[in-house]
Amino acid sequence: MVRVFPVRSKAALFTTCLSLLACLCMPLHISAENATPEEIGLNIARATDERAQGYGNFTARQTMVLRNKQGQESTRSLRVKVLEVEGDGDKSLFVFDEPRDVEGTAFLIHAHKVEADDQWLYLPALKRVKRISSANRSGSFMGSEFSYEDMGAQELEKYTYRYLRDEACGELTCTVIERVPTDRKSGYSRQVVWQDRDELRTWKVEYYDRKDAHLKTLTMDGYAQYLDSYWYAGEMTMINHLTGKSTDLNWSDYQFRTDLNARDFTQTGLKRVR
Amino acid sequence: MLRRAALHRAAFVPVWLLVSVFVAGTCAGIEIAHYDFSGSIGIEGRWYPESALHPGQRDHASGFVLEPEFYIEDVEGRSFTLAPFFRYDAADSRRTHVDLREAYLLMFGAMGDNEWELRLGVDQVFWGVVESQRLVDVINQVDFVEHPDGTAKLGQPMAHATLSGDWGVLELFGLPYHRARTFTGRRGRLRLPLVIDDDNIRYESAAEEWHLDYAVRYSNSFGPLDLGLSVFDGTNREPAAQLEITPGGELNLVQYYTQIRQFGLDAQLILGDWLFKLEAIQRAGSLDLRGREEDYVATVIGVERTLYSIFDSVADITLFTEWHYDDRDRDAPPSRSPGTFENELFAAARLAFNDVRSTEIVASFIGDLGRSSHSLAVGLDRRLSDNWSLHLEAIVLLGTDREDIHYSTRNDSFIELNLSYSF
Repeated sequence: MVRVFPVRSKAALFTTCLSLLACLCMPLHISAENATPEEIGLNIARATDERAQGYGNFTARQTMVLRNKQGQESTRSLRVKVLEVEGDGDKSLFVFDEPRDVEGTAFLIHAHKVEADDQWLYLPALKRVKRISSANRSGSFMGSEFSYEDMGAQELEKYTYRYLRDEACGELTCTVIERVPTDRKSGYSRQVVWQDRDELRTWKVEYYDRKDAHLKTLTMDGYAQYLDSYWYAGEMTMINHLTGKSTDLNWSDYQFRTDLNARDFTQTGLKRVR
Repeated sequence: MLRRAALHRAAFVPVWLLVSVFVAGTCAGIEIAHYDFSGSIGIEGRWYPESALHPGQRDHASGFVLEPEFYIEDVEGRSFTLAPFFRYDAADSRRTHVDLREAYLLMFGAMGDNEWELRLGVDQVFWGVVESQRLVDVINQVDFVEHPDGTAKLGQPMAHATLSGDWGVLELFGLPYHRARTFTGRRGRLRLPLVIDDDNIRYESAAEEWHLDYAVRYSNSFGPLDLGLSVFDGTNREPAAQLEITPGGELNLVQYYTQIRQFGLDAQLILGDWLFKLEAIQRAGSLDLRGREEDYVATVIGVERTLYSIFDSVADITLFTEWHYDDRDRDAPPSRSPGTFENELFAAARLAFNDVRSTEIVASFIGDLGRSSHSLAVGLDRRLSDNWSLHLEAIVLLGTDREDIHYSTRNDSFIELNLSYSF
């Protein structure tokens, strides 16, 4: 799912700064006098990644509103369960509630930092768990403007980074970073990310396709802080500039540190999903 | 009719027991955390454009399907699922049937680093990796009247225990009751000249349908490789046909179920966007087409590949090729779809438009490499609204070899339209 780069507590931020200093990396918000744009970009991404860590697990509801060029709408409703995995990518489970003909269909992802993710699909009509190729990075997720790549965990190692500039974004000041996917199978040549300097929340992402045409823009809003540390967006809108279609993705009912555990994210667990 | 009564009794007794247990448990203070009522109603029409070969057969089959599902879960995560099935068919009274697809109690929990899971009741189990045949998949009986492709299954009473951990997944099945395959009646198409008797069913075991079958499956993943090993010991799900003469002097075709032992292997390897698949069985105790008991080996190998975003669109196309082999050769009895699988090639393409309506078109071809039996299937699936969806398909029997047991179904190509409402 689209990870929202949550932000951890101030104490943890302090620790991060210390560790960044300790490894002689550039701390945040220091101008590019001594560091290359690549180093600054990576540092910001790393800080964002570290701030996102430690949430444990969460469940939430997603409502997707798919809109075509003529403004006709179609709604998808699903539940999301995410488990943080130490030293590897997160495990995510999507369970569809609507449309009703796909009710109970579930999609399980074991994200990995460097190697290809593992993905399974559960088809309730056949009681079949089908392991599927994760090569389909750029394909549409449920007919929406979000691709599988957009829905998967945004692991630090999946991109190389370059700091571009700082600029105002609304009332905040944002750092603008360009990131280039390391996976050849990615549908994107690059992405440009706007994050506010204070809390490292992502407000906008521009996606450029393999021909470097501006394909899509994601805007994020309705941020709320959970567990006194993590910022998660409540509303995301992805606009496809080539087709004129858009998808609103609204999040609700976030619950953190539930009794979810690794056993809920296995193939046996997938068959139990409701 | 006694047989049907017995079947119903058998299917429903464990269910009512479980329901009683659950209700009793609820009264005893189990807290219900979650319940859900869902399902679908479908109306369906099938048209056979070619004239019938056997007396009584109709050119149409129309009716409706009702599949409600009730689910209830307590605060401990234990749940009960009840999913009955009902089909009404205006042409063939045999196709009008009731089944209990699912009615099971589910419990699970931790055991050290491992997990256990127990399912008690009537359930459906899917084993295997290929698309065109269910070779290793031996737990459930096929509900053949539903569709000749054999994907619909009858509910199977079972106790199903699963143990899983870093070492893999071990599943144990106890199967106390055998369900006989459903077959078309006199007015239905896709049958032999003689209607298969579904009231008098013969078993090799003296315990008849109450023989306790068991099955074990071990599965594990090794990086991109998924592997499953299974053993089944019990009553065959595939009947042999026996010709009997009734006291009235008429010929009667009855189903005969022997005791078999089957070793199964299924494997899938993912390399990028390629999927390589293998299923193989070694089976002892089943009868071949000549009625001889013969041990045999059957395999299916397949490749699946998806080409994403074709022609710069969001559509994907998935290509499948599978080859079936059965070492009984021409003596292999008809399997679960029209066609024996002794030396058959399957090729298919699925075009997924990835649109709001989830439009999909599937075209598949299956042909016997040794005989002149070939068939083509084309299907279209499309969602019409949030609740309504459409399924349109055509099964075209391009040719049926005279030597083939399916020669008597050579005129049974059909077109089917299904409109279903999900709730």
